[in-house]
Amino acid sequence: MALKGLDIFKLTPKSNCKECGVPTCMAFSMKVAQGAIDISKCPHLSEDALAKLSEATAPLMKTLSIGAGEAEHKLGGETVLYRHEKKFVSRDLFAVTVNAQNFDEKWAETEKIDYERIGERMYVELLDLEYTGDVAAYAELAAKAKGTGRTLIIDTTDAEAARAALEVVAETKPLLNGANAENTEEFVALAKEFKVVLGVQGEDLDAIYDTIKAIEGKGYKDLVIDLGSASIKSAFENAVRVRRGALKGGDRSLGYPSIVNVAELAPGDLHMQQALASLFTVKYGSIVVLEQMTYAMALPLYGLRQNIYTDPQKPMTVEPGVYAINGADENAVCCTTVDFALTYFVVSGELERSGVPVNLIISDAGGYSVLTAWAAGKLSAGSISKFIADQGIDEKIKNHTLIIPGKVAVLKGELEQKLPDWKIVVAPNEATDLVKFLKDYAAA
Amino acid sequence: MPLKKTPQVFSASIDTVTIGTGEKAVTLGGANVMPLYAFDAPIENKPALGLELSDAGYNAELPKLADFYAGAETLADQAKRAAALDGVDFVTITLNAADPTGENRSIEDCVAECKSVCETIDLPVAIQGCGNIEKDEQLFDALAEALQGENVLLLSAREENYKSIAAAAGLAYGQKLGAESAVDINLAKQLNVLITQLGVQPTSMVMNLGSAASGYGFEYVASTMDRVKSAALAQNDAMLQMPVVTPVADDAWSVKESIASEEDFPEWGPVEERGVQMEISTAAACLASGSDAVILRHPDSVATISALIAGLM
Repeated sequence: MALKGLDIFKLTPKSNCKECGVPTCMAFSMKVAQGAIDISKCPHLSEDALAKLSEATAPLMKTLSIGAGEAEHKLGGETVLYRHEKKFVSRDLFAVTVNAQNFDEKWAETEKIDYERIGERMYVELLDLEYTGDVAAYAELAAKAKGTGRTLIIDTTDAEAARAALEVVAETKPLLNGANAENTEEFVALAKEFKVVLGVQGEDLDAIYDTIKAIEGKGYKDLVIDLGSASIKSAFENAVRVRRGALKGGDRSLGYPSIVNVAELAPGDLHMQQALASLFTVKYGSIVVLEQMTYAMALPLYGLRQNIYTDPQKPMTVEPGVYAINGADENAVCCTTVDFALTYFVVSGELERSGVPVNLIISDAGGYSVLTAWAAGKLSAGSISKFIADQGIDEKIKNHTLIIPGKVAVLKGELEQKLPDWKIVVAPNEATDLVKFLKDYAAA
Repeated sequence: MPLKKTPQVFSASIDTVTIGTGEKAVTLGGANVMPLYAFDAPIENKPALGLELSDAGYNAELPKLADFYAGAETLADQAKRAAALDGVDFVTITLNAADPTGENRSIEDCVAECKSVCETIDLPVAIQGCGNIEKDEQLFDALAEALQGENVLLLSAREENYKSIAAAAGLAYGQKLGAESAVDINLAKQLNVLITQLGVQPTSMVMNLGSAASGYGFEYVASTMDRVKSAALAQNDAMLQMPVVTPVADDAWSVKESIASEEDFPEWGPVEERGVQMEISTAAACLASGSDAVILRHPDSVATISALIAGLM
């Protein structure tokens, strides 16, 4: 709920003292309302007015961070319900459950998931520490898990176990999940003592909401809402009602990131956990806890997340360079297309399917598709020949045959002039026809 | 202060479109809430699931899929298996073999094969073309006539060939028609306007807004569907109220993650499991974004996605 300049003006001294650096109190108020200047720049506001204003100008959904150092991750801070309105800001994080009995085995499997996709490291960011009833073993588990360098979730409603774990790992800024109606007092005290973000649980959203209100009443607001594991239906309902209640309804007591444990919603069923993780990636999960992460799960899931959390104003791009496909060496034919990630994936996928070794040359084309880049002057005979010269491709690759996208066949003549010792070949219009085209080409 | 419940129910709703005949007919659409928000108001027709068969056969290199269809030689036999699978609401035939750059199977053969499937099963049938504009036009014209009375869904008419398909399927022979556009709300609306201007009733058509596998530009699919659903519901835009049918299978099973061999990528594990997880992830994301029906290829994906839908309704 944005506050109007006039509402802010009423709370200023109206003395035009200029100490804030703005000529008048009115001008200052307008700037605060636009978010251009911080309210605390005015030295004359009463404590009361300041508290009232910072409350009203605060974002509807809190931004929190968990983990320390390199393992620090941002949660929340979303401002819209749909990504075409504005970019989603904090991508959801994935966690795998571990306990005192299965830690070594599960960590060994989890650690294997670590790769890069379009400039982003893909790995399991969090470990969810399940409590299995033995406090000493839990503290030991926490110590072991700390050694992995991943951010931890202390997943217990037992205050004694939580304390034992926190004493070992508090400086790594874990998430403490959870507080509920019964343990509110003790868990808030723990969260305050160890300065950690607190997850709030309850049998339904009404119970969770009451507990949030109680915790807020104790002055603690670094919270995450556990969407619960009563049923798939209720977890999804809670995800939507929490996010919608905060961003559309303006209820700041719902304006917290969420955590959903899909391992509990579908125990032992990795297919269903995948379906749920995808569902909550699209709709309003901040942390998704899974029983396990395999490559079969990670490849689609991390790709989906990368898609959903891209800036709608800014297309995903791949690094310009020469990509050797199907074991291409200096004697393999060259192909070129734009750096728009979608085009790159479609084209490289088809090239791989053809089985023909190809050097795929990607020049900086502003992240547009082939025709758009051409129309915008980002993909031209000049840009391609300059890239080939700048990268020293002339020397690096002996095979001076360059296959260009069919949609920019018009560039052929100009390219032949600019690259006199290259043979320019025009590919089909559609990527789907590339396999046949390349196979025929290789056979000829 | 207790938590306020403010359901978001719209006065507009998605059109209902029925495919197939008799007891097993399936009705798509009808919701007056955002996709899967059954907690805002009951969703009468749950999202439907189609199992995809290809006239070019199934991929027998995938052990579970081969097992599922083992012994089913003809397309009709495979359709019988598909129809008997729990969670399958309709069967989709993709006429890959009709592609002129491939096997180039004749129109007559394709029609005969589709006919035999319709005669064998009592589930609704949807038919996808081979992707070649001219061939699909001829195929759908012939199919619309030959399958009269079956109320099949023909996927899809595109900007380049919608006229004769719409005339045959939507007007002359009373079939249902899919309008296919490339992941863009304006193109989708434009095609719907053109098709309805020919006289096709909105209740005789669905939209295929295009799809993408998880990780392959899915943001365009998600945002296009978000915008289409909110235009349909919040702004009562009749030209975007048709149910959305998304053929997930083709995209999900053609990306690198679903086809690269285990020898090339040993750490990735078996191909089939990768394809299934890709199909599941894509289908779940499509449903979350607004598909009123998804078309899948693998029985394991069907089991999971039908359970997901049941769990959400």
